[in-house]
Amino acid sequence: MARTERRSIQEIKDVPDLRVATQAVLFQLADDDMVIGFRDQEWLGLAPHIEEDVAFGSIAQEEIGHAAHYYELLSQLDLGSRDDLASLRPAEERRNSVLLERPNGLGTYLESPHFDWAFTIMRHYFHDVWEMRCLGALTQSAAIELGLAADKILAEKRYHRAHQELWIKTMLDRGDEQSQERVKKALADTNEWAADLPDFGGQECLFEETRIVPGASTLSTSFWQEIDAFTGALGLPRPSGTVTRLNGRRGQHTPALQEALEVWSEVYRLEPGAQW
Amino acid sequence: MLSAELMDILREVTDPEIPRVSIVDLGMVEGASVKGEHITVSLIPTFVGCPAQMLIQEKVQEHLLAAFPTHAISVRLSLEVPWSTDRITDTGRQALKQSGIAPPGADLNDVACPFCNRHDTLLQNLFASTSCRSLYYCRACQNPFEAFKPL
Ligand SMILES: [Zn+2]
Repeated sequence: MARTERRSIQEIKDVPDLRVATQAVLFQLADDDMVIGFRDQEWLGLAPHIEEDVAFGSIAQEEIGHAAHYYELLSQLDLGSRDDLASLRPAEERRNSVLLERPNGLGTYLESPHFDWAFTIMRHYFHDVWEMRCLGALTQSAAIELGLAADKILAEKRYHRAHQELWIKTMLDRGDEQSQERVKKALADTNEWAADLPDFGGQECLFEETRIVPGASTLSTSFWQEIDAFTGALGLPRPSGTVTRLNGRRGQHTPALQEALEVWSEVYRLEPGAQW
Repeated sequence: MLSAELMDILREVTDPEIPRVSIVDLGMVEGASVKGEHITVSLIPTFVGCPAQMLIQEKVQEHLLAAFPTHAISVRLSLEVPWSTDRITDTGRQALKQSGIAPPGADLNDVACPFCNRHDTLLQNLFASTSCRSLYYCRACQNPFEAFKPL
């Protein structure tokens, strides 16, 4: 297909196909980052050691900051304010992967948080790899602002992925048998829920035809190749196949998302639009 | 004339998380111009997720308004040019060091301790108290310190 000329969001607004595709990919990216950022910040005060507490807080802040940027681009498509998009949309309108809404472990932030660090890191690693695959494709997007965001955020995401890779290696190499078992279980648990992560909810063709996400239909394969190369090199067996469950890219979610939404939007709902 | 004055005012604005370093020396000012009664400043964020960028935008607005009360002022944040660490000026690098933050090296292993200048340093965590810094430990003088991430 011939290379389409690049267009700004202002121009895309009035071209139905381009608009639908731009909106769809942005909602996936924004909702993914928002919900993983929420799960990350639930670790504040609970991370394995004090330096990591600070570090993981910074990662949470970056995820939410990236989500804010994607929501900002959506608001330029006249879909509502950035903050409303982040806080007021009901669960069935969310397009995040179900994997990312899974709780960090047993208990809640306020009551007996028996969170699972190995799962948190492994799940985050899967998210980082997928977002980087998407952003890599978006650097060639027909939408100018998506290309600019991709160039910038990709450079920052490399540090996220490196942080998780280092933790996974550390838990394997320096940990005892229990630590290694936990990493294996974390991989199995993450894998079990990962079916809808490298997925565009059936919109791959539209993404490719409009060149909003060039090569969209190849990203899932390259995602799994990267995961398997990394885990394979560490001698971590990834269970074959994922379990097909709900697909968040089609608005299907577990009750965990609704519970999370109630917490993160509680204050905002008191008075939407208030200046803090 | 006015343009020089404009840059002087922008040089007074600092990142709230690194109070000694001006946004000009951090390389955050991509463009600043005066046309008639209109002042336009274009800022680029160091890190997209950095919550300080909105505060910086407001500070720039306030400073310019105080200096040019009769002008129309527009301060925008954009990603038109991706910010990178080589935009930090020599003055900026010196000021970072004086704040106890190692200026960015060529890569994560190329970091000199801001206290004793030696390279015998160990990366402790890629992330630290802000998005833009990593945590290190100096084996020579045994101080922990933060370093600006190369980007
Ligand atoms: Zn030292």
